[in-house]
Parts: sequence; structure tokens; C-alpha cells
Amino acid sequence: MEDNKIIYAENLTKKFGNFTAVNSISFSVNKGEIFGFLGANGAGKTTAIRMLCGLSTPTSGKATVAGFDVFKQTENIKKNIGYMSQKFSLYEDLTVKENIVFYGGIYGLSNKEIKEKTDYLVDILKIGDARNKLIKSLPLGWKQKLAFSVSILHNPKIVFLDEPTGGVDPVTRRQFWNMIYDAASKGVTVFVTTHYMDEAEYCNRVSIMADGVIAAMDTPSKLKESYNVKTMHDVFVKIAR
Amino acid sequence: MKQFLGFLVKEFYHIFRDFRTLLILFGMPVAQIMLFGFAITNEVKDVKIAILDESKDNITKEISSKLLSSGYFIAYDNLKSVKDIEPEFRKGMIKEVIIFEPNFSGNLLKLGKANVQLIADASEPNLANMIVGYTSSILMDYQKDLAKSGDIRPSINTDVKMRYNPNLKSVFMFVPGLMAVILLLVSALMTSISITKEKEIGTMEVLLVSPLKPFQIIIGKVIPYLLLAFVNAFVILGLAQFVFGVPIAGNTVLLLLESTLFVITSLSLGIFISTISNSQQTAMMVSLGGLMLPTIILSGYIFPIENMPIPLQIISNIVPARWFITIVKSIMLKGAGFEYIIKETLVLAGMTVFLIALSIKKFKTRLE
Repeated sequence: MEDNKIIYAENLTKKFGNFTAVNSISFSVNKGEIFGFLGANGAGKTTAIRMLCGLSTPTSGKATVAGFDVFKQTENIKKNIGYMSQKFSLYEDLTVKENIVFYGGIYGLSNKEIKEKTDYLVDILKIGDARNKLIKSLPLGWKQKLAFSVSILHNPKIVFLDEPTGGVDPVTRRQFWNMIYDAASKGVTVFVTTHYMDEAEYCNRVSIMADGVIAAMDTPSKLKESYNVKTMHDVFVKIAR
Repeated sequence: MKQFLGFLVKEFYHIFRDFRTLLILFGMPVAQIMLFGFAITNEVKDVKIAILDESKDNITKEISSKLLSSGYFIAYDNLKSVKDIEPEFRKGMIKEVIIFEPNFSGNLLKLGKANVQLIADASEPNLANMIVGYTSSILMDYQKDLAKSGDIRPSINTDVKMRYNPNLKSVFMFVPGLMAVILLLVSALMTSISITKEKEIGTMEVLLVSPLKPFQIIIGKVIPYLLLAFVNAFVILGLAQFVFGVPIAGNTVLLLLESTLFVITSLSLGIFISTISNSQQTAMMVSLGGLMLPTIILSGYIFPIENMPIPLQIISNIVPARWFITIVKSIMLKGAGFEYIIKETLVLAGMTVFLIALSIKKFKTRLE
């Protein structure tokens, strides 16, 4: 296995009784890459992500995340990844600062680090006045950006984003992707699922899952070329139909 | 450890920032004990009764004055005849009528047997029971006194048991049940809601992906409620003792320890409920319907278990509060030591272990 491959999966399979949710998928993600993990609802994306995050033990196959085995070293994996779910992941009844302190705390950041990070985020997200406001009083776009910032607070090697931009307006989505690029440029590997095909175009490489298997995997431009269509949307429709 | 403390701090923020949670935690125990202590009282005091004395001899007069000087009853009006009874009851002017048969003292002294009829307004069955009970015990007293001076046998058989609570103060009976209900509510309902809330808003997933271990998450969720329930136990016992004068006959430390055990049982119930429900509403419905109702009805809190049909008596065995109420009554009212409540303690401890094991199993399968 090359050092460059930060996520590596080989014949990874998950069965629930007779139902095979993920059927022998093999892929790898390079360090610093923005990897789009696409697929229709029910294609097995969430199950795959849960296995990679150490939440669910695979039925068979092999996989390493940040160099750690998904069967045996889930504790190590958890320390090295960030996660943001499609549901909003900050506490609404806590302030911006308290959320940062809490999440920083559970990842074992020191008080000094937490304070530095808080100042940095408040500055970068331009929410100076809102630092002590409850999350529920903030607009959705801010919350979403803050949630992403919090998910990479502990400088993880990989961040898993499960449909992070659901329900967000196009301008905020654009800003959100700028933050993703920014994180990737600093060496964080981004593993992102989305239903927005314009977002798929932003990824370095995408894989498209259908019925538990990876139906296609390449850069967006090569995929469009090989399927002879103009947009990722058309590629997706052809495969996931 | 630092992670864990941070988690606890977060939990307290949740609790102290939610007005409704605070209200349930602290307003409800006080409100309930006040309600049960003052309003929903089963005590008999100044109840209007009428005495129909068809004998008018020394004994009936003595008994009448004994009844009326007891403080429980006040005479409404001396009825003239049986015909008057019905209208007075209907008007709700009196709760009980006492009828002495003609030649009462003659019968009692010569035959050793005399009849007195008690008619109570049973539209309020509990109160009627109480009044009849009080009256009968006063009659019994009188007969005992009489028996000492002569050789007359008691002629009226009253079967009223008032051990451990000779004044029939209802708050004595309510406090143990109320403790069970409040501790259960705070522990089981509140934890199950707080855990399912994290599932609902999606933060549970984030927590599970973090380096926190599942058991740390659960313990972190549970500890604040353990502490708050403990505070509640203090408040209830304090109110009971200082406002209502309910004594704690037994060991207070033992009582608090047993309360802690019951709180842990309830918390494990709460955890179990949260593993089987995905939304706060479900958790609330299961807690209220599945826990509160059986606790109120089947625990002996309001209805005595001995009087239930056999199937219900059997079911009552799986209600944790049933065992806890027995424990509290034994310690508080009877002053019993630990050796008398070993069985109940073991049952509660067994239930706790079972529920925790079940929850862990459920929690694991959920994660898969």
C-alpha cells in the first residue's frame, strides 16, 4: 500500500441478514484529495461511510483509514477523522463558543488550543459579535459553515461530509465549497457525499455507487468523456437510473 | 477525563437553558407534594354528620358527645326521623348518619349486644370509607372502656387497620409513592428524552464518531440526572418532614442509599427506552404510558396491591416502584433496618442489572 493512499478499501462488504448493502467495493483516496462519493438514495453510501468511520464493522473485506484498520483500530481512526452529518451537528442551545469548547474538549484539545481556535474561527467566519450567541439564533448558512469548521477543529487527516450542503442556498454552498478547497489545500482529505451534481464537478475524483457496488470512478472530466455527456448530472442519471 | 467533564458541562447547559426541563425537574416535585399534602387530602376533619338517636339514653348520649368531641365530626342537626335522612343526603348537607336503635343501652347492658347503623354518603367512596372507619373506631373505643368497667362484650365489629399512621394522615401514605413517581419521572423520562434528542438532532452520530466511547456518552448523559434526582429526593423528604411533619422513623442514610438505587434503576429504564425509540415524542409516550401509569396504578401508591385481582398482583411484581415504595414505607414509617428490606433491594438491583445488560445489547445492535 502506498503512503499516499489515506483511505484504502478492498472488497469491502456489509451484509444485513440476507441484504447486501455494500457489495465488495474497492477504491482508494489520495492524501489531500477531494473525493466525491455519489449515489442514489439507498445505494449504500451511508453504510460505506459508517464502516470507514468505525461505526459499523464490515462483514468482509479489508480497509484502512489514515493507516488504521477498520476492524481493529477504530479508536485510532476516530481520533484522526472529522465528521459532519447531513443533519445539523451543533447544539442549538449552546453558544458558538460553548460548541467549540465542547467539541474541542471531546477531541482532547488543550484549553489554549481551544481558545486560539475559537479566536481564529470567529475571525475567519466573521462572526465576531455572535461568539456568545446561541446557535439557534444564527442563520442556517452560518451554522453550516461553523459546523464544518468545528468538524476540522482538531486537524483531522480526513473529514467525512455526509451531504453537508442540504437545504443551503447557492451562494452559501459556493462559500462552503471554498472552505472545503481551503481545507484540502492545507492537506486535509475530504470525503464528501452530495446530491448536487454541480458540486460533483468540484471534486478531484468521484465514485458513483449503485445497488451496493461502485459503478464508476474517475475524475469528473474523464467520466463525462467516457459516457459522452456534457455534465455530471447526465453521467449520474445514466448510471444511477 | 477532561473530555468527559466537558461533556457533563454541556449536559448541564442543556438542562439549565430549557425552561420546560427545569420546570419538570424542580417545579413538579414541589407542586406535587403540595398538591398531595394539602389538596388531595384523605383526612377526615370537621365532617358534618347527623345522629338519629332513637334511644336517647345515657350511653347513646355519651357516645354522641365522644364522636362530636373527637374533632373529626361536627353535628349538623339532630334528625327527627328516618324520613329526614334521604333529603339531607341529597342536599349534601351531611356525609354520615348514625342511628342508634331504640333501647340501645338496655340491649347493650342486658343482652350484651346493641345495634348502631352507620349510613355514609358513598358518592365519595374514599371519604365514606374513611368516615365509617373513624366512627367505628370511636365506637370500639367506647366499648373497650365499657368492657373494662363491666362484663359486656363488644357488639360492633369494625375492621379498620390504622397501624403506623394512627392519625390517618394521608400525606404519610403519599410521600413514599410520590418519591417513587417523581424520581422515576426525573430519571427515566428526562434521560430518555435527552438521549433521543441527540439522536433526533443528529449530534449522536457526531458523538459516536468522536473518540468518546459509547459508555462515556451514556454515563455523561445520565450523571446530571442522577445528581438532580438526588437533590429532588432531598427536597421531597425535607418538605415531607418540615412542612407536613412526616417523621423518618428509620435511618436517613439508608433511605437515601435506597433512593439512589431506585434512581439508578429508573435511569437504566430511561436508557433502555432511548435505545428503542428514535424520537423525543416516542420516548415521552413510552415513558409516560409505559412507566408512569403502571407506577401510579400498580405500585401500591394509590391502590393497595392486596386488593387487586391476582393477575394484576402478578404484574405488579415487575413494576420497580412497587418494591421501592415498600422500602420507603418500611424505613420511613416503620423504622425498619436493612435486614427487613434485603429482598426488595435485591429485586431492584437485579432489575437494574438486567436493564443495563439489555440496553447494552440493544445499543450494540443499533450501531451495526
